[in-house]
Amino acid sequence: MATTNLVRKPSQPPASSAVGSVRRRLDLREKPQLWLVPAVFVVVVLGWEYGIALIGVDEYVLPRPSQVVDSLWRQLGDDQFWGHLWVTSQEALVGFVIGVGAALLLGTFISQIRIVEATLMPYIVAFQTVPKVALAPLFVVWFGFGLTSKVVMAAVISFFPMLVNVIEGLRAADADRIQMLTVFGASRSQIFRMVRLPSALPFIFAGLDIGIVFAILGAVVGEFIGAKEGLGYLLLQTNYNFDIAGMFAVLVVLSVMGLAAHFVIRLVQKRVAFWAEDTKVIGA
Amino acid sequence: MAIKATARRAQTSAPASVSESSWIEIGGLDKEYRPRKSAPTLALSDINLTVRRGEFISVVGPSGCGKTTLLKILAGLSPKTGGTVRIAGRDVTKPLPEVGMVFQAPTLLPWRTIFDNVMVPAQIQKLDLRRHRERAQQLLDMVGLGGFEQKYPHELSGGMQQRAGICRALVHDPAVLLMDEPFGALDAMTREYMNVELLRIWQASGQTIVLVTHSIPEAVFLSDRVVVLSPRPGRIAEIMPIELERPRDLSVMSSDRAGVYVDRIRRHFNAAGVID
Repeated sequence: MATTNLVRKPSQPPASSAVGSVRRRLDLREKPQLWLVPAVFVVVVLGWEYGIALIGVDEYVLPRPSQVVDSLWRQLGDDQFWGHLWVTSQEALVGFVIGVGAALLLGTFISQIRIVEATLMPYIVAFQTVPKVALAPLFVVWFGFGLTSKVVMAAVISFFPMLVNVIEGLRAADADRIQMLTVFGASRSQIFRMVRLPSALPFIFAGLDIGIVFAILGAVVGEFIGAKEGLGYLLLQTNYNFDIAGMFAVLVVLSVMGLAAHFVIRLVQKRVAFWAEDTKVIGA
Repeated sequence: MAIKATARRAQTSAPASVSESSWIEIGGLDKEYRPRKSAPTLALSDINLTVRRGEFISVVGPSGCGKTTLLKILAGLSPKTGGTVRIAGRDVTKPLPEVGMVFQAPTLLPWRTIFDNVMVPAQIQKLDLRRHRERAQQLLDMVGLGGFEQKYPHELSGGMQQRAGICRALVHDPAVLLMDEPFGALDAMTREYMNVELLRIWQASGQTIVLVTHSIPEAVFLSDRVVVLSPRPGRIAEIMPIELERPRDLSVMSSDRAGVYVDRIRRHFNAAGVID
């Protein structure tokens, strides 16, 4: 009978945890990564800066970090660049909201209504195996060179990881907690609101986290196929002009976009799903 | 005492015909599990038990004798195969609002504060929240959790979480409190302390309690009567009145009279060839 205590969901804190958790002081000795991570960065950048001349790589092929920074600085002072950034951000965000929203809705239906699951699951599995990036040319044909085709691409590509997480999350609710609510007379919808949805939140945030990165990817890929603006378009332009430093500058900006989105989601997660520190990420 | 006063309300909501002496009525109860592909197994057979209002009943028996099944039937979680089960004059076919339950694990919701966890039954049953907030506060104060209302479950020890679980089971002022090995996961010291606490809560709130436990001394210490179940299929081997005066404290446990009860119950298990 005591086995119910042994099988704990990751979201369930141990029953015997001490009263009032003491926040551990950050200590360089205890957490060597605090200096190791920046150290690796410095070593790589310095090695790159001064090393490539030694081994005779042409600066046109692989620009030095200082040239990338120069190029980035120039770009950031350029209004056109901000236009591109704005376009890609729009595409990614709108696509993300649509994809994730649709996944939330469909995932809820699938996890709650058996017949919907039985009917749709084979199609979803089949679609999931299609490499979504390969659909980009099709979307450009269907939705044109404007924002729409990229939004659709971002939506489609962020949809699946979110869907998988929503379904998994809504099923992850602890059976004991559901039984507890049942004893006190809870209805199906009360159980959904009071246990299933909160239990799914860590999974939903994992889906959002992957989804936002995928949405940026989708927008950029869409721009590769056919666009007149956006960071993906700019990446191709710099490529045609053999401005490799410029390409790196755009890559840096794209990375920062992804990182910023990731941190925003983590920040919201820490506030909303504060009880679950680490939940395994699925569907990546 | 304020808790006592609110406890009376459960009485007025029950049908007038219900007699205090048969608050819980179990008659000829059978429970058979019928798995689709294997032979049916009899879990409980011909259980007859009448519990009077305000009584403290413990159910002991070897592992797998159907103690928890019996409790689940009383809670309306598991359908019976035959016989009658009535609580406060109502047939139990689904979970009744007159019942509160304490589980083996505290089963608190980690995203709710202790206070909001205690309020769960009131919220589910859409009771007057303002009045029940007062009651939740009284219960928390009574079990020594005053000041921890706004903490989250993981910030509390296992014993404190279990006490919060008891408050939750009592917040809607149920006529009957069912407890499924509520202290099984606690260490021996905390367990004894919780036993004393439970007696105090019970004396203050006047609930009818059915407690399932593995511990024979615990059953003797707490109960008015101990129901001893036989190994599967669970039948009532003996219903033993515990005539130790109340209020009881832990010193009762080392008395000879308590020892006699413990021995008598243990003999049932030895005779059945099971050591629990």
